[in-house]
Amino acid sequence: MKNYAKFIGKRVFYMLMTLFLIATITFFLMKLLPGTPYSNQDKLSPEQIHIMNEKYGLNKPILVQYGIYLFGLVTGDLGVSFQFNNTPVTELIASRIGPSAQIGIQAVVVGTLVGIVLGIIAAMKQGTWVDSSATFAAIIGRSIPNFVFAVLLQLVFGVWFNVLPIALWTGFASSILPSIALAISPMADSARFTRTEMVDVLSSDYVELARAKGLGKWEVAFKHGLRNVLIPLVTILGPMTVGLMTGSMVVESIFAIPGIGEQFVKSIMTNDYPTIMGVTMLYSLLLVSVILLVDVLYGIIDPRIRVATEGEA
Amino acid sequence: MMKESNLNEQPLFDATPDMFEPAGTAEMQDKEKISAPSLSFMQDSWRRLKKNKVAMVSLVLLILITAISFLAPVIAPHNPNTQTVEHANLPPRIPGVDINGFNGTIDQNGTRFDKYEMEGASDAYYYLGTDSLGRDLLSRILYGTRVSLIIAFVAALLNLTIGVTYGLISGWVGGKVDNVMQRILEVLSGVPNLVVVILMLLVLDPGIGSIIVALALTEWISMARIVRAQTLKVKNQEYILAAKTLGQSSLNIAYRHILPNLLGVVIIQVMFSIPSAIFFEAFLSFIGIGIPAPNASLGTLINDGYKTFRFLPHLMWYPAGIMSVIMVSFNLLADGMRDAFDPKMRD
Repeated sequence: MKNYAKFIGKRVFYMLMTLFLIATITFFLMKLLPGTPYSNQDKLSPEQIHIMNEKYGLNKPILVQYGIYLFGLVTGDLGVSFQFNNTPVTELIASRIGPSAQIGIQAVVVGTLVGIVLGIIAAMKQGTWVDSSATFAAIIGRSIPNFVFAVLLQLVFGVWFNVLPIALWTGFASSILPSIALAISPMADSARFTRTEMVDVLSSDYVELARAKGLGKWEVAFKHGLRNVLIPLVTILGPMTVGLMTGSMVVESIFAIPGIGEQFVKSIMTNDYPTIMGVTMLYSLLLVSVILLVDVLYGIIDPRIRVATEGEA
Repeated sequence: MMKESNLNEQPLFDATPDMFEPAGTAEMQDKEKISAPSLSFMQDSWRRLKKNKVAMVSLVLLILITAISFLAPVIAPHNPNTQTVEHANLPPRIPGVDINGFNGTIDQNGTRFDKYEMEGASDAYYYLGTDSLGRDLLSRILYGTRVSLIIAFVAALLNLTIGVTYGLISGWVGGKVDNVMQRILEVLSGVPNLVVVILMLLVLDPGIGSIIVALALTEWISMARIVRAQTLKVKNQEYILAAKTLGQSSLNIAYRHILPNLLGVVIIQVMFSIPSAIFFEAFLSFIGIGIPAPNASLGTLINDGYKTFRFLPHLMWYPAGIMSVIMVSFNLLADGMRDAFDPKMRD
């Protein structure tokens, strides 16, 4: 157990290193970018610019600015947005995190659950048309870009049947279509993953034993198989998070949802650098935390892994 | 002892020398011959891949699409960037085809109009219609597919080079070098690709080159990991020991003996990285930092089509359809290749 704690400590250290690296890269890249923060520089006198530079610390040496920036990050100060009347970036992000989180969580939960069920059915009916169509559906889900799905959903449910809102944010109803659009890729991934894991598990000794005891096929699959399938499934959480981030930018833009992704796309279009940096750090923090969580969880739910890491350390 | 003597006393049959023939006649040697031709790794995999119909159909489709798009300068009916404003927003029209949707007519309030006649373009044929600036969609799709494929192929090639080199060095040299290189990877792997790509595109001039560099810089990490893992597996095999004993240099072993044995996993990884690069390019174009106008890629075409989607849906569906076909084919082919290269490695 002591070694396991050491392992987690190591992971936390790498996580912090990663975040530090990202912060450094974003900071210096942003300094390389052309242009100044002042939208109408021509109208400002040199004195005014000097005062502004003084106020925002832009006349200090770059390393000092870097230090201030890092300190700001640690204390949760991400600077002010260039575009939205000097709103602090932290506030801007906080005001938009709700819808993004709701859609993201709904998409992961629904997508993974449906994917797992599909995967189990495919594995149980291995080699039949059910299996091939489930596999094909998973490949389609992985292949067709989510913005195409999003537009299709808008067309079918918003325009043809006119049953669900296709834009703006008015509560749960408007979160349904975006969540489905986002859920496609976690669904496809987890279905594929579950199928292969399940096929392995079904040919293992303990499943055979359970069958020999006289348990039903499906009972064995869900009671004995599923548990062992779920453990490795935890590992695809990391890539899934990345997919959700990319997906949310597109899906939120298409459905006009006031979330982080939509904000990020807007900021890119309007060169709102502090907001871009802020969202970048948020995304990085999210991804790094998920990776850490997966590492920790994996050790907790599967003692074999913990033993293995202990052996290694 | 008893048994033996019993046997000697009562032989089962009388064996005389003339009942035996010497082994090693021509006929016997034939039996020892390996009748099937010996297959190299690639030949063997190819033989298995050929049996997979889905993968073969995907391969043929991809070769066709690639060939057609690379011939775009020869076969495109129009210049993809020439704007003919008076021919804007025309629906598809194919000579000799009189099916609604392909005969240049549009439905307005229940009646069909010949849009080409209305715009005074009755002798023009745009097989897939035109966009809002009067550019031929078919030509733009041909050129756009070419751009998307070039980005994907070059990015995959770069990511292959960087990833294989890094992974091979890390795995083969081992020790402290491996340790340091792994720590670097561990730090890098937490960086979201998306973020790096977007930042790079903001700093570099937008264009094919920047997208390729940005994609290559982020995609090699998983390749490096896989190559390292495989190298570690291969490195303890007897043939490596044999090569060492025979005095081969380290570099030579890496190049001649390890690299060929990584081929399977590397090819599979490349095959999966191509569709992901195509998707990423489309994604970047969709959020507005992809290929700059007037040039097209599949991503920019889908994005442009999306803007006028309600009124001219074909502007989005055609490029989106082509892109989906390419993505599905690559994924199916990659799946097939994985099964063909390593039947044990289906994960």
